[in-house]
Amino acid sequence: MVGIRSCGAYIPFFRLKREDIAKALGGVPGRGEKAVANFDEDSISMAVAATLDCLQGIDPSSVDVLYFASTTMPYREKQCAAIVANVLGLRRDVLTTDFSSSLRVGTIALRTAFDAVKAGSAKNALVVVSDCRLGGMGSPFEQAFGDGAAAFLVSDSDLIATLGSEYSHTNEFTDIWRTQNDDVVRSWEDRFIYEKGYQKNVIEAVRNFAKAQDLSLKDVNKVVLSAPDARRIQGAIKALKLDIKSQVQNPLFDQVGNTGAAFAPMLLSAALEEGKKGDRILVVNYGDGCDVLLFNVNKSMGTIDGRRGIKGYLASKAYLPNYEKYLRFRNLMNLEVERTRPPLSSFAPVLWRDQKWVLGFHASKCKECGRTFFPPQRICLYCQSKDNFEYVRLIGRKGTLFTFTLDFLARSDDPPEVFTRVHLDDVGIYCRMTDRIPEQIEIDMPVEMTFRKFHEGAGYPNYFWKCIPTREVAT
Amino acid sequence: MNLEAIRGKVAIVGTGCSKFGENWEKSASDMIIDAVFEALEDAGMELKDIEACWLGTTTTFFTGLPLAEILKLKHIPISRVENACATAMDALRNASYGVACGVFDRVLVVGVEKLKDMGFSGLPEYWSHPVYGQGATAPGRYALCARRYFHNNDIDPDIGREILAKIAVKNHYNGSLAPKAFFRNRIDVERVLKAPLIAWPLGLFDCCGNADGAAAAVICRADMAKSFRDDHVLLMASATVMGPGFGKEDMDYKYDEFPETAAAAKMAYEQAGIANPRTELSLAAVHDCFTIAELMEYEGLGFSEPGKAWEDVEAGSFELDGDLPVNTDGGLKAFGHPVGATGLRQCYEICRQLQGKADLPERQLKNPSIGLSLTQGGHPGWLIPNVSIFSLP
Repeated sequence: MVGIRSCGAYIPFFRLKREDIAKALGGVPGRGEKAVANFDEDSISMAVAATLDCLQGIDPSSVDVLYFASTTMPYREKQCAAIVANVLGLRRDVLTTDFSSSLRVGTIALRTAFDAVKAGSAKNALVVVSDCRLGGMGSPFEQAFGDGAAAFLVSDSDLIATLGSEYSHTNEFTDIWRTQNDDVVRSWEDRFIYEKGYQKNVIEAVRNFAKAQDLSLKDVNKVVLSAPDARRIQGAIKALKLDIKSQVQNPLFDQVGNTGAAFAPMLLSAALEEGKKGDRILVVNYGDGCDVLLFNVNKSMGTIDGRRGIKGYLASKAYLPNYEKYLRFRNLMNLEVERTRPPLSSFAPVLWRDQKWVLGFHASKCKECGRTFFPPQRICLYCQSKDNFEYVRLIGRKGTLFTFTLDFLARSDDPPEVFTRVHLDDVGIYCRMTDRIPEQIEIDMPVEMTFRKFHEGAGYPNYFWKCIPTREVAT
Repeated sequence: MNLEAIRGKVAIVGTGCSKFGENWEKSASDMIIDAVFEALEDAGMELKDIEACWLGTTTTFFTGLPLAEILKLKHIPISRVENACATAMDALRNASYGVACGVFDRVLVVGVEKLKDMGFSGLPEYWSHPVYGQGATAPGRYALCARRYFHNNDIDPDIGREILAKIAVKNHYNGSLAPKAFFRNRIDVERVLKAPLIAWPLGLFDCCGNADGAAAAVICRADMAKSFRDDHVLLMASATVMGPGFGKEDMDYKYDEFPETAAAAKMAYEQAGIANPRTELSLAAVHDCFTIAELMEYEGLGFSEPGKAWEDVEAGSFELDGDLPVNTDGGLKAFGHPVGATGLRQCYEICRQLQGKADLPERQLKNPSIGLSLTQGGHPGWLIPNVSIFSLP
C-alpha cells in the first residue's frame, strides 16, 4: 500500500488586496487578497519552506527521492531540486529531478513518486510543488495569481492517507502558455479556452475515473478541484453536481489566489489537514490534460509540533501597503537606485566550499569547550583548539533578537534593510531580517530562520539564511 | 614584549595637513604635495633630507612607489601600510619603530585618500563573501551597537539619540573653528534629531562624511630633534590591537563596548606611563565616524565609567572648555573621513595644540601637555584600533 506519510505547505507572509490593484490601475476591484512572495522569495526558497514543514519530526536522511515540481524554476538549465536537496541535508545518493512546464506537474510528480514507492525503488519519496507565476500588469491573471508551495512525503507505511486509484489523460491544447521568452503568462481568448479546455477536460476525466472505479461522487467527502479562478470553478462544480458547501475543498481564491502548479497540491495539503479517518478525498488537477487521484484518509494528522500547514500559514500575514510595493517585489519597476555602484558579485568556488553552512546552515561545535559558532570555525574562538569540532545543523532552531538596525543606506528591495544579531539557543547569528514590519521590531522578540534569495550577482541566484519574526502557528 | 621601549624615542618635528573635503580640484598627488611640503617647512627640512617613507592609504594607491613618483624621491625605502581606518597611525607606528631602532634618522610619514572621484558617496567595496555580510553598511554596523548600548544601559532610544546629538553639535562647533575642515557649519540638537535617518537609531548628523584629504608628519630620533626645533612633540606610545573579529557572532559580545579599543588604550597607557588618562591627558582626538562610536570610546579609553559616558556628555566634559576636550578640530564629523589620512590629521591637530599653534586662536587650548589619538578601523565586533600618545618634551 502506498500513500502520503506527511505533508506540509508554505504561504508567503505578505498579501496584496485586490482592490489595491484597481486603485493603482483602475478597473473593477477584485475580491479578497492574494499571497505575494517577498522580494527575496522564489520557487526554490518556497519549496525549501514547504519541505521543512513537511519533514517536521522526520529524519531527512530517510528520503530516497526528491521531485521538485514548478512552472517557475529559477533555472532553465541546472537542477533546482539539487539545491533543495542540499539545503535539506538529504543523502548523497538521493535521486532528484525537476518536473516542469505544465500546471499539472504537481500531480504528475506525485504519481511518479507513488510509482517509485510501489516499485520498491524508493521507500520515502519527497515531492514539493512550488510556484510564483507572473500575470501581465493589469491582466485578469495578475488579479488571480498567488504564490505558494506544498510538499508531500510519499511512502508505504505510517500513512495519513492511502492512495486509492489514479487516472490521467493528456490533451494537446493551446490555452495558456509561456515560451522561452515570456515572463508573463499568455493565453487565447477566454471563452474558448475554458469551455474547450478546462471545463471539457475536467468533466471528461472525472466521468471516466468514476466509471472505471465504479465510484459515485456522492461517496467522496472532499473534492480538491483545480480551477483558474473563482468564476470557472463554479461551472465545474455545477457540471459535476458537487455539493459546494460540504464537498468542495475551499479553493482559497480570496485568501491566496491561484498558485499555478502548486494550487491543487496546496488544497490537497489543506484537505489532509482537515481530514478524518475514513474520508475520501478526490483530487482533480487540470493542465495539458487532467489527473484524478483518490485518497482514503487513514488517520487525522493531528498537530505536529512546529508544523504550520495551510491553516497556520494562512493565519500569519501582513498586507503590502500598495500595488507599487508589489511591483517592486516582482522587479517590475525600472528603478534607478544604484546609479554608479558596482554590481553585486558572487564566486561559485566560494559557494561550493561553503555549502555546508551557506545552504545547509551548519555551525561548528567545539568538542573541547562546547561552544558553537556560525559560520563554522576551524579554530575555536574560546579555547583555540584546532579542527576539533563537529557540525551542528541549525535548521529549525528558534531564537530571540539581540540587537537590530533599520538601515536606510544599505541596498534593499524593501528599505529599510534590517540587520540583526539573533541568538539561536547558544549560537549567535549575524544576519538580515525579512518578512517584518519595521515598526514592530523589538529587542528580545522571538525569531526563526528562513532560506532566501539574496541577489543575482554573477548572473545566478545566490541563496542564504535570514531571520524573520516567528510566524504564529494556528492551533 | 617591552612596552616602554618606544616611549619618547621618536620626535615629531613637522606636521602637515591638506584641506579636507570634496576636493574636486585636487588629485591625491596634489593633496600629498600640500601636506608634505607643509610638514617639511614646519620641520625645517627639505625633501633630500628624507631617508625613508611610510605611505598609508586604503584604496587610493597600491605599493609605496606612487609616493616616490609624486615627490620624485630617488632610491629610498618606502612601505605602503593598510589597516582600515587605523592606516595612517599604523604607518606612523611602523615608521617610529624604524627610527627608534636607529636604522633611519629622518622619516616621512604620509596618509592619503581620494574618495570623491568614484561617482558615488559610499566607500568602495572590496572582495566580499557572495552572501555572508555582503551589503552591510558602516552606519548599520555601528547602529547595532547603538541600539544595544541604549538597551543595556536603560537608555530610551529617543533619549539616547539626544545624547548622541550633543556629540555631533560639539564636533560641528569645533569644526566651525577649523579652517581646514570639510563642514564648518554649527548645528543644534533639534536639527540633528530632525535629519533623515541613515541607520536607525543613527541619523544623518550622527555619521561622518566621506572626504578627500592628505596629512603628513616628519619624524626623527628624539635626541636629534632639538637640531630642528625646540617645541617638537614626543611620541610616547602607539598601540594597534586586534581581536579575533568575531564579535558580531560571539554571544559573549554584548554590543555595548569596544574591547579591542580598551586593550589598545591599556597597552598605550602602559607604554606612555599614564595611570589616570582622564586627568593626565590635555586633549584627545578620537574616532567619531559615528556619534555612538565617540560615546562608547569615552568608556573604552577610560575617560568615563562603563555605561556612564552620557553623564559626561551632559556635563560638557569633552567640549572645548571642558576638563578633557575631545576632537578640538571637530574630528571626523567636521573633517570627513578620507580613510588613510585621518590618523595623521589627528596627529596634526594634537601637535599643533601642544605647540600652541592651532590655526585659529579661538580653538587653542591653554597649556596642553599630553594628547591622545584614537583611530578605530573596522566595525563593532571587528575593530582595528590604534591609540597613540603625544607629549611635549
